[in-house]
Amino acid sequence: MTRIDVGSVLRNSANLPYRNLVTRSTGAAVRQCIELELAALPADETATLDFSQIGMMDFSCADEIVAKLLLDPPHGAPARTCGLVIFHGITDHHLEAIEDVLHHHGLAIVVHFADGGARLVGAVNDDERLMWELVYATGGTTVQALATRAGRAHTDTEQILELLHSRHLVRHAEQGYHPLGSLH
Amino acid sequence: MTAVIIVPPSLDDKGFEHVLEQLASQPDDAKIIVDARHCTFGTPYGLTAMLTLGQTRAQKATFLPPIDGNVSTYWSRAGFFRYAEELFDIQGSVPRVRSTDEGDKLLGITPIAAAADVHLVVERIAEQARHILTTRLKLEPRAQMGFTMALSETVQNIVDHAGHAGWVMAQAYQYRQRLAGRWVAEIVVCDPGMGFRRSLEMGNRRPITDRWGDGLALETALIQGVSRFPDAGRGQGLKGTRGYIGRRNGMLTIRSGTARIGLIPTWDDSVPLQENLPYFPGAQLRVIIPGELAGGTP
Repeated sequence: MTRIDVGSVLRNSANLPYRNLVTRSTGAAVRQCIELELAALPADETATLDFSQIGMMDFSCADEIVAKLLLDPPHGAPARTCGLVIFHGITDHHLEAIEDVLHHHGLAIVVHFADGGARLVGAVNDDERLMWELVYATGGTTVQALATRAGRAHTDTEQILELLHSRHLVRHAEQGYHPLGSLH
Repeated sequence: MTAVIIVPPSLDDKGFEHVLEQLASQPDDAKIIVDARHCTFGTPYGLTAMLTLGQTRAQKATFLPPIDGNVSTYWSRAGFFRYAEELFDIQGSVPRVRSTDEGDKLLGITPIAAAADVHLVVERIAEQARHILTTRLKLEPRAQMGFTMALSETVQNIVDHAGHAGWVMAQAYQYRQRLAGRWVAEIVVCDPGMGFRRSLEMGNRRPITDRWGDGLALETALIQGVSRFPDAGRGQGLKGTRGYIGRRNGMLTIRSGTARIGLIPTWDDSVPLQENLPYFPGAQLRVIIPGELAGGTP
């Protein structure tokens, strides 16, 4: 899995000698650097965006970096190649801004926290969260197995899983649905 | 003819309105004397707004500093005279102080002109303010982070919207007039730029209504979260700041042009929207965050 150190992007690629992600212009510069790195990856590769070296992030920067990385580009703009992304090193110092912008845009992300746990952050309903947690708990399995564990109909389960897949929150393979990446 | 503008004993938000009332009949290029000799108290709002006033004058105004040595020493420590010397013709001596004594200042008066200034302000607050926010206001780390975010977003308002350099100052103090003397942290951001109404007009974001004016422009931006930039994520900064202030039982006021809007908590008796105030260009924004009560209630 490719790891992109956002702190390093801020200091080196965006050429700013700071550890806090503030202002829209900074966010846009950092996002453009990240987009270039992501565009160079194979389509099915998962990248980890590592925020461990970032002090704090304000709402404007969270909107520029996190939301715009996930959003479809405006009409006429070149297509983004965001691919699959896991967020790592997220702390309380970042979470308030990230949650706020994700809810505003109806987006969600997968976060691997320092305690080893993975969680969906952002706009997801209870059904999506439960199914996503089952995918992570099983390490990935068939629709039928997930439907059985969830106590739901096969078609319902498949619909929810396909939605999670279209939102880049799980992987889809021939054998079923899988987490984006390993927790360790 | 030279007009004399008398600064009231308290140069706070209300005191500054008295200054603007006197100024209302004076054209920008009129020669004025700002007489602060009998001023005994200046808040971050009063000091930064006074510098903003200096920026708006086509002809440099004369400034008479406070006679009281303690008052002018405090103003010097806040950084007022360092910048006032460029904007006013100061008559009389002002104390020279080294800027090492930060006291309960979270951030002395700092000019803001570009995005790099926002970074510097945030880095400085992160270094200097943690101790005061922890020990005096008893804010837990997430609330401290929210404070820094509010600072960052409000200061960015200058860079993104004003079209003119402005000022920021932040201070912690015991609010004796309200909140039974509880510790509060205050952020003030002032600029003499285009203001909210013109900013929305420039982006063609003006709602179609006969009521259009500074008051409705403030409502449109603060309450409806409309920004002059059309993309969906814009306006998030002010909206997020509003949410944080609401959760902390804090207060936010924005004055722009001839109106002032406020998110007013129960501990203050200001009106939420005031219109037909004396005109003053740009935007003057004030945030007050109360410290924790015993037991963790904001």
